[in-house]
Amino acid sequence: MDYALIWALLISVGVFTYVALDGFDLGVAMLFPWFKNEQERDIMMNTVAPVWDGNETWLVLGGGGLLAVFPLAYSVLMPALYMPVIAMLLGLIFRGVAFEFRFKTKRGKAIWDWSFIIGSFVAAMSQGIMLGAMLQGIKVADRAYAGGWFDWLTWFTVFCGFAVVIGYMLLGATWLVMKTEGSIQQRSYPIAYRAAIGLFACIVFVSLFLPWQNEYIAERWFNLPGSIGLWVLPLLLVVLTIGLLNALNQKREGSPYLWSLGLFLIAYAGFTVSIFPYLVPREITIWEAAAPENSLIFLLVGAVVLLPIIFAYTGYTYWVFRGKVRADSGYHD
Amino acid sequence: MVESLFSDADALFLARFQFAFTVAFHIIFPAFTIGIASYLAVLEGLYLKTRNPVYQKLFRYWLKIFAVAFGMGVVSGIVMSYQFGTNWSVFSDKAGPVIGPLMGYEVLTAFFLEAGFLGVMLFGMNRVGERLHFFATLMVAVGTAISAFWILSVNSWMQTPAGFAMNEAGQYIVTDWMEAIFNPSFPYRLAHMLLAAYLTTAFVVGGVGAWHLLRNSKNAVARKMFSMAMWMALLVAPLQVFVGDLHGLNTQEHQPAKVAAMEGHFTSETQAPLYLFGMPNMETGEVDYAIKVPGLASIILKHDVNAEVTGLDAFPRDEWPPVPVVFWAFRIMVGLGVFMVIIGIWAGIQRARGKIYQSAWLHRASVLMGPSGFVAVIAGWIVTEVGRQPWVIQGLLRTSEAASPIAAEGVGTSLLAFIVVYFFVFGAGTFYILRKMAANPEQVHIPDYAKAQPVGLAAERLMHEED
Ligand code: HDD
Ligand code: HEM
Ligand code: HEM
Repeated sequence: MDYALIWALLISVGVFTYVALDGFDLGVAMLFPWFKNEQERDIMMNTVAPVWDGNETWLVLGGGGLLAVFPLAYSVLMPALYMPVIAMLLGLIFRGVAFEFRFKTKRGKAIWDWSFIIGSFVAAMSQGIMLGAMLQGIKVADRAYAGGWFDWLTWFTVFCGFAVVIGYMLLGATWLVMKTEGSIQQRSYPIAYRAAIGLFACIVFVSLFLPWQNEYIAERWFNLPGSIGLWVLPLLLVVLTIGLLNALNQKREGSPYLWSLGLFLIAYAGFTVSIFPYLVPREITIWEAAAPENSLIFLLVGAVVLLPIIFAYTGYTYWVFRGKVRADSGYHD
Repeated sequence: MVESLFSDADALFLARFQFAFTVAFHIIFPAFTIGIASYLAVLEGLYLKTRNPVYQKLFRYWLKIFAVAFGMGVVSGIVMSYQFGTNWSVFSDKAGPVIGPLMGYEVLTAFFLEAGFLGVMLFGMNRVGERLHFFATLMVAVGTAISAFWILSVNSWMQTPAGFAMNEAGQYIVTDWMEAIFNPSFPYRLAHMLLAAYLTTAFVVGGVGAWHLLRNSKNAVARKMFSMAMWMALLVAPLQVFVGDLHGLNTQEHQPAKVAAMEGHFTSETQAPLYLFGMPNMETGEVDYAIKVPGLASIILKHDVNAEVTGLDAFPRDEWPPVPVVFWAFRIMVGLGVFMVIIGIWAGIQRARGKIYQSAWLHRASVLMGPSGFVAVIAGWIVTEVGRQPWVIQGLLRTSEAASPIAAEGVGTSLLAFIVVYFFVFGAGTFYILRKMAANPEQVHIPDYAKAQPVGLAAERLMHEED
């Protein structure tokens, strides 16, 4: 069996789960500037407070999983992306503590609001920059990163950063549409609408720019008729975007979030198709990066047994906190 | 690699400093959350069984403090898991196949469990009912212990590697998972660390209880927490000394250079003295200004006065750890351990005389000992980690060969950022926790869950309602 391939698949499921879940809670934070009222902010935060820690654990699984099953890729990518990784970690600190600190102070509340907003923005931005840096290429020599420590910073990576920020805002806004009502919900619709168009534009731009810059990506996509099957992706992208805008226009409550996830899924598939089978594009394939087989098998046994259980109780948590989040008016004694 | 103003040695030093700084901050939170999670489970269980409102108040009181500490534990922990790659990439490449899957299991069995049930524990009381809520609390407590299990297995493997071979790419591969996980120092380290976490918590709880008793010795909730904490001190502190001794004997067997540094033994000798105090001098190979008990080290380490105790002279000079750091950190830990035992016994005597809630001096001493667990835990880790130097994996991989190819400027920048952010953010968190601890536990507010029911879905702010 090709364990490296199975693991590549599992890790991409993990990373996508991370994006789908932490995306909306980072997004909700980045929407704070549009909602100035303190009570509204309390409600917004409370839509994610019971679940954010679990959402972020998928990021730990991504990092830990990479170390466990693709140690070579981990030890090349992390130094290459040193600055954005550190920035992301610092951003996650600021936003993570805000969940508790914000309610522990009256005078300092504004500080933790900003800590929540900026921390989330920095984390999202850094993730986009990492994505962009991987796409643009990473220098490797002798099992180690061989580039400089500012290679990750180009206009393209920054563009990808903004794309992810917009994408997460879309997830955040559609999440609020689903979990809130009244004025928060009403104001989330137009935000989601604009974010959807913005994200669509970003995806289109990256999809045109990359093949134009990178021969290998062009080859993968324009090697007709062999690659004709791949063209279902751009087609789906258009369909999903229209579906999303439509659902927003009709003021649907649940489906916009799902349509948005679909949009992410397409972008993610496009990314995977473009770089497969590389983990570090053009340098290290999944098979070269893979840990020795017994390490892959040892952890796979656990993953196969435990992941369904994890999905089950994570689902249970979401179910416990299902429904609209309201201000508990009259509940204070 | 880019040109750098600094040498590789500077970059290495900064990377070590950064790792030590961030992990020392991280361990402060687990040392407390592991203990307090179990304490909360006990309190909630006792409340369900006895319906004594004191337990319910205690539970609410510590739950809020726990929530703040846990949040800080999570965010500082995520930093750790990425730092293996950012700063120790050679180590990650070589040791990844061994330690990676173990940490992978930690994520799968512990972190998801903690995080999944944390939401229910903090915000779900009015939604799931008492029994399910208790179950969630239990799962969080179990999760913290499982987390300790895996991460300590990883760390122990780095101290006493077992069950592995090397492949052509220069990576360590596991030949026997059981041997690798249950490597020689692991059982001792796990026991010692879990007890350390319980003791740390006991002394925090005891300190807070004592502080409120000094204000009002009739405070029933403060009495209960002080009493529970002092039972822990009486029973667990001596146990910790015992386990620590076993741990040391095990280390003597597998990492004799570390023990030589702990004891300040430069020369191998029979009737080796036990240094109580002194200044180990690595230049001269002597302990200056020593206060020592002749022969006692031979008795402690070998259980025989005339047995020879290995000194650092048995090892090449470039395999010595920095002796003074290890020597002093060890004395701080053991000294605090002894004080903990004394407090436990003192409280036991006062309890027997029926004066445990009136003894102001015992209360003052307990307040003073409140943070002692944190100091002992950090000191203990310094003994363990600095004592392992110059190796990152004992006998196999040197720390100097394990670092990432990052220029000193890069590491220096990130280190500076960590220092500023940690002191600001975790300083604020500590302040909030101290403020919570200053609140009178008698007056903790118990939300009326029954009343919350009709509002139904609307009580998300339960956790926060009186802040
Ligand atoms: C003896 C226990 C212990 C030790 C030595 C460590 N940790 Fe830890 N860690 C825990 C015990 C713990 C915990 C009790 O499970 C925490 C503390 C608070 C919390 O939220 O979970 C945690 C949280 C925590 C998290 C966040 C988990 C989440 O998302 O919920 C990560 C990623 C790590 N740790 C990683 C590490 C690494 C890489 C360490 C070593 C360098 C490390 N920890 C040392
Ligand atoms: C449990 C998992 C742990 C692992 C896998 C681990 C791993 C490491 C690594 C890779 C280094 C780098 C080598 C070096 O800087 O010298 C290190 C150093 C260090 N670690 Fe740990 N560590 C762990 C836990 C801890 C904890 C909980 C502490 C608590 C304070 C700690 C304290 C230190 C210190 C002080 C150093 C610096 C040693 C020196 O620079 O001389 N470690 N550890
Ligand atoms: C007084 C008796 C004690 C003795 C004899 C003792 C002994 C030891 C020894 C020998 C080590 C190093 C083991 C190694 O690196 O291989 C160690 C580490 C450590 N100690 Fe202690 N200790 C004592 C008390 C305490 C107390 C009271 C605490 C905290 C509350 C504590 C917390 C730790 C921690 C966290 C470590 C690092 C993790 C580990 O290696 O287990 N110790 N101890």
